[in-house]
Amino acid sequence: MDHDSYSDTYIRGILNTVKSIAMVGFSPKENRPSYFAFKYLLERGYTMIPINPGQAGKQVLGRTVYARLSDVPEPVDMVDIFRAPQFAVPIVQEALTLQPRPQVIWMQLSVRNDEAAALAEAACLKVVMNRCPKIEYGRLSSEISWMGVNSRTISSKRAQLSGRGIQRLSLNRTTMSGGATEAAQRAIAKEAADRAAGEGDGR
Amino acid sequence: MTERIPGFSTLAIHAGAQPDPTTGARATPIYQTTSFVFEDVDHAASLFGLQTFGNIYTRIGNPTNAVLEERVAALEGGTAGLAVASGHAAQVIVFHCLMQPGDEFVAAKKLYGGSINQFNHAFKNFGWNVVWADPDDVSSFERAVSPKTKAIFIESIANPGGVICDIEAIAKIARGAGVPLIVDNTLATPYLCKPIDYGADVVVHSLTKFLGGHGNSIGGLIVDAGTFNWSREGRYPMLSEPRPEYHGIVLHETFGNFAFAIACRVLSLRDMGPALSPFNAFLILTGIETLPLRMQRHCDNALTTAEWLAEHPKVAWVSYPGLAGDRYNSLAQKYCPSGAGSVFTFGLKGGYEAGVKLVSNVKLFSHLANIGDTRSLIIHPASTTHRQLSDAQKVQAGAGPDVVRLSIGLEDVEDIIGDLEDALATA
Repeated sequence: MDHDSYSDTYIRGILNTVKSIAMVGFSPKENRPSYFAFKYLLERGYTMIPINPGQAGKQVLGRTVYARLSDVPEPVDMVDIFRAPQFAVPIVQEALTLQPRPQVIWMQLSVRNDEAAALAEAACLKVVMNRCPKIEYGRLSSEISWMGVNSRTISSKRAQLSGRGIQRLSLNRTTMSGGATEAAQRAIAKEAADRAAGEGDGR
Repeated sequence: MTERIPGFSTLAIHAGAQPDPTTGARATPIYQTTSFVFEDVDHAASLFGLQTFGNIYTRIGNPTNAVLEERVAALEGGTAGLAVASGHAAQVIVFHCLMQPGDEFVAAKKLYGGSINQFNHAFKNFGWNVVWADPDDVSSFERAVSPKTKAIFIESIANPGGVICDIEAIAKIARGAGVPLIVDNTLATPYLCKPIDYGADVVVHSLTKFLGGHGNSIGGLIVDAGTFNWSREGRYPMLSEPRPEYHGIVLHETFGNFAFAIACRVLSLRDMGPALSPFNAFLILTGIETLPLRMQRHCDNALTTAEWLAEHPKVAWVSYPGLAGDRYNSLAQKYCPSGAGSVFTFGLKGGYEAGVKLVSNVKLFSHLANIGDTRSLIIHPASTTHRQLSDAQKVQAGAGPDVVRLSIGLEDVEDIIGDLEDALATA
């Protein structure tokens, strides 16, 4: 499939289906983006599984950290790759050895590796690249609209409360496409091209 | 699978707004509250730490204001917006995120007079130094850039003289200099021109004018285009460095392509304080729903009026980019083909005295300092807003003794022209 853009239906389908998410490259530091995304998704009811070999065995946010995917003693529905693109292939290879097999490989914002994506898709896994599940959850539930962010969705239907406390909205919201952000998409593509050409910061 | 992208008029009504999740209210409710309760201390900590999305305190964010922010961001094609108390506040907030004391920014010298004052005087106290360039000579922007330059600032359609900036050419210079291009799009509104399509990285608005459109509310808005790499050279520490205000988080890496809007909110608006009232946000939102209809009528009325004035024996000249033969007409064709806005100036052969008489004689036009109202507005700058300047300064500011500024409203154009005709007969 084309990984330059994803339909809202595709993303919503994934976030509505998966129950457990293993985050590879999780940082226990409270000011790191991976910690932000982990905590947010945990609060939204996902079974979050932190993966970080340097932190294995520790408890963070009430969850046990594992060194690697194959150490996780419970089923993993989705693997969220919070590592630089060059690490994506071995992570996908390891994910494919899990029983039961995960349904989704998700690579974070700024992470794209087409070889890793092809490997996962050949095994019938769904793939998302260069997106953040926290941002996508916030966008599709419209929680992110509280921050003035263009959710790129519109709807004449009531937003649904998640039932998990105040200021929490559900993904089960009827939407159509809203305002596009083409200039930002072009900038992302250019950054990716620069990175591929070795000119970027490779963060 | 492709999903259909809605058109401008649909977004003007729907973007950011949806029926209220608890009451089902279809119009956007006015959340007239200072504060929002927390679920528990963990929820409060997540909100204060920026780890979750939500509302804390109306100085930082409010659900009514948020609808306005998303609405304008969507109309401009940006990733996020931030509403503030006025257009001037929007500029303070933007520059606060970009500038350190001793830094410079390059600005077009043909700007709204209030911006010229703000940049020349108020910003000096912060050590933010403006360097002026001439929008009629694009290369002057290149010459004005120095290693201290942190941004370039222009207006798409400049107030009051009907100057159209070559946004694309100036955006190239900004890109070459590695600084963001900020465009004040107040007079054009995104209905006439979307600066982000031509390379703007940040768009600012005075919502007070055509977006609100009814002359009842002051407001400002910042749109993040999501196009600028704030971390590339580490020149924008508010975005690229760990922030002590937030336990060392780095806003650009945490919020990606809407980090600038977040920085404006959580670093600048939070600590400088010019928040927008939710009631004003509601009135402005109601105005925006009819923006496409209003803006086209403003432009059509303005063109008819400008054409009529150009033929009038007491009128020396008319500066309206929509007129064939105007020096900015080709730029208007490129950047705002649907119309060149409704604010323009003209000169009276009778000079200062004729200008004073005209503003005294009108019966439909309102003599006041605002623009972008449903009502037609008139001002004679030399006897009012620019009175304190010397004659030479007045001419340089486009406020010579003979100059009259109009903001053409939505009345029947026959009545607009009729009022000018009667008033000019005795001027």
